[in-house]
Amino acid sequence: MELLNASLVDWSRGQFALTAMYHWLFVPLTLGLGVIMAIMETAYVRTGNEQWKKTAKFWMNIFGVNFAIGVATGLIMEFQFGTNWSNYSWFVGDIFGAPLAIEGMLAFFMEATFISIMFFGWTRVSKKMHLASTWLVVLGATLSALWILVANAWMQYPIGMEFNPDTVRNEMNDFWAVALSPVAINKFFHTVVSSWILGAAFVAGVAAWYMIKNREPEFSRQSMKVASIFGLVAVLLTAMTGDGSAHQVAQKQPMKLAAMEGLYEGQNGAGLIAVGLLNPEKKSYKDDVDPYIFKVEIPNALALLGYRDMDAFVPGIKDIIEGGYTTTTGEVALSFVEKQERGKQAIQALADYRTAKKGNNETAAAEYKAKLKENYPYFGYGYLDTPEQLVPNIPMVFWAFHIMVYIGGFFVVFFAVLWFFSYKKKLETTKWLLWLSILSVPLAYICTQAGWIVAEVGRQPWTIQDVLPVQAAISALSVNSVITTFIIFAVLFTALLIAEIRIMLNQIKKGPKAD
Amino acid sequence: MIDYSFLQHYWWFIISLLAGLLAFLLFVQGGQSMLFSLSKTDQHRFLLVNALGRKWEYTFTTLVTFGGAFFASFPLFYSTSFGGAYWVWMLILLCFVIQAVSYEYQSKPGNTWGRTTYQSFLFINGLFGTFLLGVAIATFFTGSDFLVNKGNITIMGGETATGLVISQWQNPFHGLEALLNFRNWTLGLAVFFLARTLACLFFINRLADQDLVARSRKFLLYNALPFVVFFLTFVIWTFLSKGFAVDPATQIVSLVDYKYFFNLIEMPVVAIFFLLGVVLVLFGIIRSLISSTYASGIWFSGLGTVVTVCTLLLLAGYNNTAYYPSTADLQSSLTIQNSSSSEFTLVAMSYASILVPFVLAYIIYAWGSLERKKFKGEDLKEDGHVY
Repeated sequence: MELLNASLVDWSRGQFALTAMYHWLFVPLTLGLGVIMAIMETAYVRTGNEQWKKTAKFWMNIFGVNFAIGVATGLIMEFQFGTNWSNYSWFVGDIFGAPLAIEGMLAFFMEATFISIMFFGWTRVSKKMHLASTWLVVLGATLSALWILVANAWMQYPIGMEFNPDTVRNEMNDFWAVALSPVAINKFFHTVVSSWILGAAFVAGVAAWYMIKNREPEFSRQSMKVASIFGLVAVLLTAMTGDGSAHQVAQKQPMKLAAMEGLYEGQNGAGLIAVGLLNPEKKSYKDDVDPYIFKVEIPNALALLGYRDMDAFVPGIKDIIEGGYTTTTGEVALSFVEKQERGKQAIQALADYRTAKKGNNETAAAEYKAKLKENYPYFGYGYLDTPEQLVPNIPMVFWAFHIMVYIGGFFVVFFAVLWFFSYKKKLETTKWLLWLSILSVPLAYICTQAGWIVAEVGRQPWTIQDVLPVQAAISALSVNSVITTFIIFAVLFTALLIAEIRIMLNQIKKGPKAD
Repeated sequence: MIDYSFLQHYWWFIISLLAGLLAFLLFVQGGQSMLFSLSKTDQHRFLLVNALGRKWEYTFTTLVTFGGAFFASFPLFYSTSFGGAYWVWMLILLCFVIQAVSYEYQSKPGNTWGRTTYQSFLFINGLFGTFLLGVAIATFFTGSDFLVNKGNITIMGGETATGLVISQWQNPFHGLEALLNFRNWTLGLAVFFLARTLACLFFINRLADQDLVARSRKFLLYNALPFVVFFLTFVIWTFLSKGFAVDPATQIVSLVDYKYFFNLIEMPVVAIFFLLGVVLVLFGIIRSLISSTYASGIWFSGLGTVVTVCTLLLLAGYNNTAYYPSTADLQSSLTIQNSSSSEFTLVAMSYASILVPFVLAYIIYAWGSLERKKFKGEDLKEDGHVY
């Protein structure tokens, strides 16, 4: 039973992770490259320089190839909430569905409509209208990112809702609290501006290749100019919003923060691990094994990052499970066992409420309702059996976080240097930097995927933080059905990815002149 | 006036309207299903692909928006149908996933799998995407095997891992069993042939190539006839069948003879629009068949499709009817009352829906600005983006 249980949940999660990671190979390039090509077209309209138009058009073709597969992989993402997370869809659909619907109505149509003008309208609409269309494609893509990230942020930090025991679901009571939650705002900016980094790195990498090959000098210089400035701005904004994100995580998801740092024992003024190696012998939060083989810390940095206070207490995994420390709101944190007990009480109160309602016993129903409300903040804990279930995969989250930060740090230096050499017009002769530019393309992809691993693996076991764990969110399907669709998606998306990459490489080889 | 019930009706109307728009835009799929048969030369096929390639994203986006709006306004449908009739929906989705790359990739060097593969993807999307969507919508009238018990979620550590799931599909085929019901087939085939009929009308309207236009007129007849036969079979069969009625006072669902026909009689406005829609569809087809120079049939048949499909779904959901009936347990059937979002959410979404006319306006602008003249092979190079 236990194995079967784990399998369905794991395969459902696996399928979601697979499709989401594939989708996220294409979205950041759409977001980043979109702005870059729009800037280039703006330069064309302002200066009248035909070379800018050629440069912009080349990147638009690359954009189109990438966009198509982004659309293909995105379709599954939306419907998967229903197909594989049936309970989830009902339990929070009242809140979660709205941003998805708005995304479709207001963002996707904008993208789909103006992309047709962008591609086919060069001779059919005015220059300015065409430029506006290009910017509207970018705006549409960015708005769609906004709404889906609002939805995602809400899962990490559920707000603006109340549980209704009659309908057995959470219902929205404050739209703006959902749409403008600090987590949503931060997540939106962090995700979008970090996607700009990827777009800039991509453009710089391709331009560097032309420079190495001594081809397309005008095109490469223009591309490098835009990419280096845009990349530098993006990476600085990403660092700022990343800091904001970490602060939000500390407040709302302390377990995720602990996992990011492999922090088992909480500390006052905890440090941030600059370099460290996790000890694979560490099996449980309870054993006395040192979690690190070695570590070099930046003193007090984690406390500062998470709580804006050098000496703040940062709870570790053990503290979060055992409770007893004082939280930022001044309350004493409950232990897992206490939360679990209150979660079970909440779930039982819901069952009793329904029975009382059916029996028309209003007094009892009111009592159960009050009890449910009192314990609802811990509702999801009632579905968990052991404290270990509360702990996400530590090595995965730890490494993803550190890799993301290292690569992010690299990009700060990289774009500053790239901009400097581009400004001094010495890029063509600086071969090592050109090679580094090419290498930075895969790094950008690794970085952005790592970011999502931190966000999504780090919040396990929750689909909705504290309210609904993954095992209570699933659809009633056989494991084999989900394995089958997992394999279909894995094969299909891989086949399409191969085609996409080869088409892009072909287009790059041909160069902008071919058009 | 704007109470909870009004909002539920309003959102069911929006869903029905989106379904109608989707049915019209399926002309893209219909055209894809004729890529190999309608074209006699490679140049023909090239023209067809490029004419359709400028429209496919509207269909795709409408499908996505239909899904999103359904989720937001009737989440219990989302969780019950998508999570239960898993295989039908997964197959539909796969048909559309393979479409999304095919226009862009088919003629590009390095596409790895060859032009024929991508054109076959388009064909598969056209054939099965339309048929399966029709079958799935037919179950709104014929019912499915599922149970809904919201109390399941209070089961902690039950017998099975999935015992706590609210919606439980009762058939092991998870949606494919809909193919065992011939009435579902009639709507599936009707949608398939309608999509092809609309595609013919679209080609007649758009293309400058006389040869292709002449063939489209011939194909129009071959597809319009089976469409009319299957559509009428489905409609008459449905009107003569029992329907799933909801007692407005007790919310108890029961089988009532001729329920959908009574819905038509009891909602005269819907009835008038339904008949008007059918007449418009037929007018567009017949006029295009009679006159060899008439090219505007797509607008009449297209509008007629939107209206007919929209009103057909209104018949399924309005007038105290369960729009997603359960044959396993009548009381598990979904109605626009028991499956909708909260009043608060419906209001919030309604504010967002006020922007829809604005969206429609820029779609019409974009469509118009790209279509001032007939579609010719020579334009393609000039426009700069060729599939």
